[in-house]
Amino acid sequence: MYLDLKYRLSDAVCSVSTLPNIESISSYCGRYIDGFIVTIELMLTTCLCGFILAIGIVAARVGKVAPLRWLAYIFSYVFRGTPLLVQLWVFYYGIGGLGAETLGPLWVFFSSAWAVGFLVLTLNHSAYASEILRGGIVNIDRGNADAAYTIGMSKIQALRRILLPQALRISWPAYGNELVLVLKGSALISTISVMDLMGQTRTIFARNYDLNAYAVAAILYLFLAGTISFFIYCVERRLNKPYR
Amino acid sequence: MNEIIGVLSFGTEGWGDELLQGAWLTIQLAVCAMLLGLVLGTLLAAGKLSGFKPLSWLCNGYTLLLRGIPEFLVILYVYFSADSIINAVLGYLVTDTEYQLPKFLAAVIGLGMVFAVYACEIVRGAFLAVPLGQIESANAIGMSHIQVLTRITFPQMIRFSIPALGNLWLIVLKDTSLAAVIALDELLRISKVAGETESAQLTFLLCAAAIYLLVTMISDVVRSIFERRAMRGVVGI
Amino acid sequence: MKLKSLLFIALSGITTVVNADKLRIATEGAYPPFNNIDSSGELVGFDVEIARALCKQMERDCELVAQDWDGIIPSLLNNKYDVIVASMSITDERKEKIDFTDPYYSNYLSVIASGHDVSMNNLGKKNIGAQRSTIGSQWVEDEFGSRASINLYDTLPAAFSDLKAGRIDAVIADYLPATEWLNENEGYIFIADKIDIGDSIGIGIRKGEDELRSALNKALEGILKKGVYEKISQKYFSTNIY
Repeated sequence: MYLDLKYRLSDAVCSVSTLPNIESISSYCGRYIDGFIVTIELMLTTCLCGFILAIGIVAARVGKVAPLRWLAYIFSYVFRGTPLLVQLWVFYYGIGGLGAETLGPLWVFFSSAWAVGFLVLTLNHSAYASEILRGGIVNIDRGNADAAYTIGMSKIQALRRILLPQALRISWPAYGNELVLVLKGSALISTISVMDLMGQTRTIFARNYDLNAYAVAAILYLFLAGTISFFIYCVERRLNKPYR
Repeated sequence: MNEIIGVLSFGTEGWGDELLQGAWLTIQLAVCAMLLGLVLGTLLAAGKLSGFKPLSWLCNGYTLLLRGIPEFLVILYVYFSADSIINAVLGYLVTDTEYQLPKFLAAVIGLGMVFAVYACEIVRGAFLAVPLGQIESANAIGMSHIQVLTRITFPQMIRFSIPALGNLWLIVLKDTSLAAVIALDELLRISKVAGETESAQLTFLLCAAAIYLLVTMISDVVRSIFERRAMRGVVGI
Repeated sequence: MKLKSLLFIALSGITTVVNADKLRIATEGAYPPFNNIDSSGELVGFDVEIARALCKQMERDCELVAQDWDGIIPSLLNNKYDVIVASMSITDERKEKIDFTDPYYSNYLSVIASGHDVSMNNLGKKNIGAQRSTIGSQWVEDEFGSRASINLYDTLPAAFSDLKAGRIDAVIADYLPATEWLNENEGYIFIADKIDIGDSIGIGIRKGEDELRSALNKALEGILKKGVYEKISQKYFSTNIY
């Protein structure tokens, strides 16, 4: 049903589009748009879930429970210290390769390449995002927190109402950069057989051996990156409004 | 357990020595890409800081382009197109001899092109962070432009940029894994091939991850030593 | 002129001159038993030995390199090597870009699946795996359309490992590697063993290199006549696959 909608959408785009009028490229329009939609899907879900997870990790890292603090630190260190491609392959070919019997109920999840790609991108993104947000919190004037506690806020309340909004404002530009990096990183999931924009492009290139195939993909990626940057800029303006 | 040790052992039976070779190639790749990135990045920064408008537009355009395109795509593109470009230029210049760009250099150039953008920001930021007053006073006591650069600006730029350069190094190190897609036998590709051959993918991929993590940890330690050295003589805050 | 020579020195400094005496041969290195890398890092397999035998027959120095399948034709066109001996099917699409020698063996497609609930009749509704940009993947796409549930992998072993893990229901592969894999993995069956699509495997070279092509054809004839081919084939498949 949803898949149907996606394909309809991409067909509709292609019927009105004026992609570069090179025969070896334009006949693949459907493939490009199919992949483009998958990439956007992944982007949106990853950023949303990654952000939520990141807040959890930040809470654990600035919290009082030592084991949680350590766990969060190790998690973010490991995911920032290894390449995304390695993480993808460890999860998909390594853990996923253990098969249905070993993994039991987890298999429902690991059987889908899209789901594994989404999981790894989310974990990876949350590790970086939590570091950025934490940097923001550390840089907030200590007096803010003290004042919040003085008027009787709990630690959670202080985090939610005072610290996080400020941390977000401070770290937003860096966070925005990270969002673009997620987009660029998402291209790697084509190596675990997800047909995102890059996956489709590589398949097209494997058929026509025309480097323009990659140029078209580059333009589509640039368009996405531009959209993200614009979004970041708009939010930044909003966040900074009270300070102007 | 014995099985695992068996496939990871050294010599012709196990993959231990191949993995280490792969790791060594990864480090070489990272060092070269980082150096190229720094050189290109400095040029970019100079271009952006120069008052010459078309040049700074060009550099800004390059930054914009390379920021939005996945590294993966850049490396593939460079790998597939570099040879024809180089041969076209050389053919125009003098010779008819065929040249080829080794895979390693294709990867270095691809990665270097990407990291130039990051390096450019670092260099630019460090340059602008040197207080204008210091440069003015240096001029006032009669230092030449070169002297100002070598004695006032550069030493401080290094100090300002060490943390960021450390970060960049870690990014470069991790992104070398992308060279696996152009069949360069660096750490990740070797691990993948070994895992497929021995039907032990998890073992080998975790092994690769562990090696990357180890290099990262060592780099972190080295960076903090450098940072402390660079902060010598700076009044503590 | 100064700039010119500077540019020349710079460019020639980072590149290597292509040694015209040495024949550079590419293979994939991830396609057992035809070409793969063993634990000492050496290329081994049927294609590799055939390539070596051809060089010996032509009395030329050869250098074998591994190249990922995705980029194997683009890199040939970019002059990174001169010859592809990598079990490559001769197809019309490829013939537009490169030339092929006479075939050195015939290929059939086969479909491997885990159980009996997959058959050729319901294949289109199952999750199918294939290696990206192979004749198998093209066959599936032609048969079921590009939006069928087809998972494309960079290498054939990656597709097999996903079949084994249970992510996909069937793998389309060439007959001989499929047989090899079936011998080592129990519980899987051919649901179609020899789909004849009139496919033959050739050696790929750049267009217009007719001299090289006739030399390779002559060498192929030579090793067939001398029995070298037969010996290599017997070693890997216990039969002559020509």
